[in-house]
Amino acid sequence: MSNLLNVENLEIKFRTADGTLPAVRNISFSVDREETLCIVGESGSGKSITSLSIMGLLPSNGDITKGSIYLEDENLSGKKEDEMERLRGNKLSMIFQEPMTALNPVLTIGYQLREPLIIHKNMSKKEASQASVELLDKVGIPNPKEKLNQHPHELSGGMRQRVMIAMALACEPSLLIADEPTTALDVTIQAQILDLINDLQSEIGMGVIFVTHDMGVVAEIADRVMVMYGGEVIELADVETLFDNPLHPYTKGLLDSVPDVDDVSKEINAIKGSMPSLNEEIPGCRFHPRCPFAMDICKQKEPPTFEVTSTHYSKCWLQEVNQSEPSNTVTST
Amino acid sequence: MSAVTETEKNINTEKKTTNRFVEVAKSLMKNKLSLIGIIIITLIVLVAIFSPIITSYGPYEQNLERTKLGVGSEGHFLGTDNYGRDMWSRIAHGAIISLLVGLSSVGIGLFGGIILGLLAGYYRKLDSIIMRFVDLLFAFPGILLAMLIIAMLGTSLVNVVIAISIWSIPGCARIVRGSVLSIKNQEYIQAMKTVGASDLRILLKHVLPNCTAPLIVYGTMRMATAILSTSALSYLGLGAQPPTAEWGAMIAAGQDFMWDAPHISIIPGIAIMLTVFAFNVVGDGLRDALDPNMDVNN
Repeated sequence: MSNLLNVENLEIKFRTADGTLPAVRNISFSVDREETLCIVGESGSGKSITSLSIMGLLPSNGDITKGSIYLEDENLSGKKEDEMERLRGNKLSMIFQEPMTALNPVLTIGYQLREPLIIHKNMSKKEASQASVELLDKVGIPNPKEKLNQHPHELSGGMRQRVMIAMALACEPSLLIADEPTTALDVTIQAQILDLINDLQSEIGMGVIFVTHDMGVVAEIADRVMVMYGGEVIELADVETLFDNPLHPYTKGLLDSVPDVDDVSKEINAIKGSMPSLNEEIPGCRFHPRCPFAMDICKQKEPPTFEVTSTHYSKCWLQEVNQSEPSNTVTST
Repeated sequence: MSAVTETEKNINTEKKTTNRFVEVAKSLMKNKLSLIGIIIITLIVLVAIFSPIITSYGPYEQNLERTKLGVGSEGHFLGTDNYGRDMWSRIAHGAIISLLVGLSSVGIGLFGGIILGLLAGYYRKLDSIIMRFVDLLFAFPGILLAMLIIAMLGTSLVNVVIAISIWSIPGCARIVRGSVLSIKNQEYIQAMKTVGASDLRILLKHVLPNCTAPLIVYGTMRMATAILSTSALSYLGLGAQPPTAEWGAMIAAGQDFMWDAPHISIIPGIAIMLTVFAFNVVGDGLRDALDPNMDVNN
């Protein structure tokens, strides 16, 4: 276990009025230092829940019912709240989708930026202010000293996202979880933020989990890509392999539904149907009702995770054709 | 690091010296009624602070040769009462009592209300327990609750403060709870959790500041109620006792001379009325100034 983060057989269930609903079904993955893992999937595929569970911030009706999350050989899933508090912001950090709402409107930038420094590094207010100026400078904000006394509404969306990044990276965490951090930004700012995250990643040497549904962003930033559908990991590969040779029909569908500027004649093929709801029990493969290649076995038996190459995994019966013996072990390194 | 686009630069070099306090003060001044209120409050505060300097007689100094002098008499421009005590001096002294009682009871009440409200809003399990207790307090008519508390503790000005504080708690707790409920699910609170802030830190440093606007308004309005209730309780003989120069007690004492010297009761009555009016009007003005979404005047 030399990886930074190891998630093994994770299962998350939600207690609701309709009974317990599984939101994440038995997923395993890992993230290495300086590596960027993109989690891709439609809304409701469990990608945000997976990242929240790593932070230990699942909603109060959600529980990790099985599996484990190891960060540098520490099991996070069994940790108490105050132990998690010491890790959050220190070793684990997170940035959010909406820079507009992720900063408290009544408090100054400086006040919020000082928090992680005061909490984890026991800095005095003055030292923290000094460190905050350096942080803001690092994330490319002009006149950082003035910005400390400004309120969030005085900054643009891109600037606020930079402040969020500065706050998340204040204690140089070993793992950063970015939950669609560029979705709410316009495209030019988006590219800048991606560059910024990339630069800081190699500077600090942290692992990054990047949750998104934008395949363009994936191509830009990912080292490896994990595709999720209905709470399951259906394909995991490094970024070139996934774009060149997508194996799972769902991944193919995702890539086909991205418009191509160079090829106007290309038809956009949307995947028909919609994501199954959490409580819908589908026999066999959870994707088969929408799958154009569905075979008989897909409707009866859940596919195991096939190891295509040592870095490419696909959870689809189609792989059985290419491979005589399926490897049932769900390891992914 | 990465370059900043022109637009972003423009937005950020635009110097905005927006000070929230100045902004609120300005819009408060624009409202004529609340401007009058602010002037009255300022005058009352000045009178209270400088009462030993601006009065030439002590509030308890009797002069039985010059009793029940009318308004505008020589040496006593507000006249004297039935014991020959200077009315102006007693009114000025009463201002100290009213302001102190108002401030302390509202202060204690807000403190209790904030704690209960924060806990109720943030922790779902405590919510039903605390809010049922608050509902119970709400169910009592205020003055009756105060009388009940004073009946248990005994009549004194300190007990009046305690009674009025307790009476201020439920309203404040409800306001804070409501704000907390809407704020605690905001993304910035989640963001603070990801930074590793503890619940206590989040509550005090990140949730409470968002509740200040409604609390300031409530506190100001509550000052009016507290001052009025203190006078009412003293008038009923449950608060300040007779020699004390408290406005309500002064009205009660002057009642017997309503025909030959009405100013003994009327002047403290006017003092109470002006003070309560001023705090209410300023409270209204503050609400408009702090909440730009609610434009009552138009």
